Amino acid sequence: MGAKIAQIEYYLPEKVLTNEELTALNPGWSAAKIETKVGIRNRHIAASDESSMDMAIKAAKKLLKYHAADAMDFLIFCTQSPEYLLPTSACIIQDRLGLRTDVGAFDFNLGCSGYIYGLAMAKALIESRIASNVLLLTGETYSKFIIDSDISNKSIFGDSATATLVTYSEQEQIGEFVFGTNGAGAENLIVNNIGAKNYYTCPKGMSPELYMDGPEIFNFTIETIPKLVQDVCSKNKLGLSDVSYTILHQANKYILEFLTQTIGIEPDKVHIDLWEYGNTVSNTIPIALKDCLDRRIVKLQDRVLLAGFGVGYSWGAVVLNL
Amino acid sequence: MEQFTALFAEALEREASVVAEDKFREYEEWDSLAVLSIIALIKQNYDITIPRKEFDELQTIEELYNYIISQA
Repeated sequence: MGAKIAQIEYYLPEKVLTNEELTALNPGWSAAKIETKVGIRNRHIAASDESSMDMAIKAAKKLLKYHAADAMDFLIFCTQSPEYLLPTSACIIQDRLGLRTDVGAFDFNLGCSGYIYGLAMAKALIESRIASNVLLLTGETYSKFIIDSDISNKSIFGDSATATLVTYSEQEQIGEFVFGTNGAGAENLIVNNIGAKNYYTCPKGMSPELYMDGPEIFNFTIETIPKLVQDVCSKNKLGLSDVSYTILHQANKYILEFLTQTIGIEPDKVHIDLWEYGNTVSNTIPIALKDCLDRRIVKLQDRVLLAGFGVGYSWGAVVLNL
Repeated sequence: MEQFTALFAEALEREASVVAEDKFREYEEWDSLAVLSIIALIKQNYDITIPRKEFDELQTIEELYNYIISQA
């Protein structure tokens, strides 16, 4: 008895922010440098009246063209930009998608590690016989937390949403997980001017403001992720060379190339593609996995290592046996 | 030190001269990506992680080099 990923769909908002538009905002920047170093040409930006939940519903609807809504018996939504403080966005999504009312539904608040957590929860729900068709959604709109003058973060982050159907399977496709947490790094990637700690509404004249200490996030990544990859291989009783393909959270090209080299992964066995999306937080791994499946970069019987890491700090990894 | 200035120039892709006394934050090439390049250089070559707050206090290439030596 096991669980498998039956299908992935994603949604990208219509509006695109190009490097040329970014360099027009900051004449000191070069579009070519953003492309070669950060590896991003475009990011999709949610419309002012389009939320993470709206986008997640659009991604889910794509998936439900192929699977009956009535078959879904659990809904999990990963976001750090929920529709309201309460109720839980997942409850509203259940209604908008026309899912049955005897389903479980909840949100969870994680960023770049979120998809790994979602897969772990979906697998656990299925293998404990609580559910057999879990709809796992991710949706994020960091663009709404980035202030106009913060061109650095604007250059990195894109908005999007994904939908993954995880189902019961005779064969186990979702292997063993490793997780990690270090809240000492909380202040290095944070939106702290709204929320219970300070204010429920932003101070006058302010909007929610994302702060990222890039160098510290980079330090965290290079200290933590090589060991995470090693640990998840050991836990799955594999050597790195047994892994067919590795999909790390698509943070930026520079970090991914550094990690690839440090870990010692062959460059043609690791995914680096932020070109059209940017860093879409919890969406990068499902987008990459779908692209790899569609382009036949990964195929049946491949072992695919997935690793997410970032805001929290929070990290997690798993090996899929496709 | 000479080797370090050479590595520094390479990481920044700087063609103009790089000497120990230079205040590297004043270089035309200095930006948020340059910071990552230098942190990566130090990690790769010396296996040292510099906390960002300590890095911010270092102004010249010589100070940076002395920091590395003091941690090694």
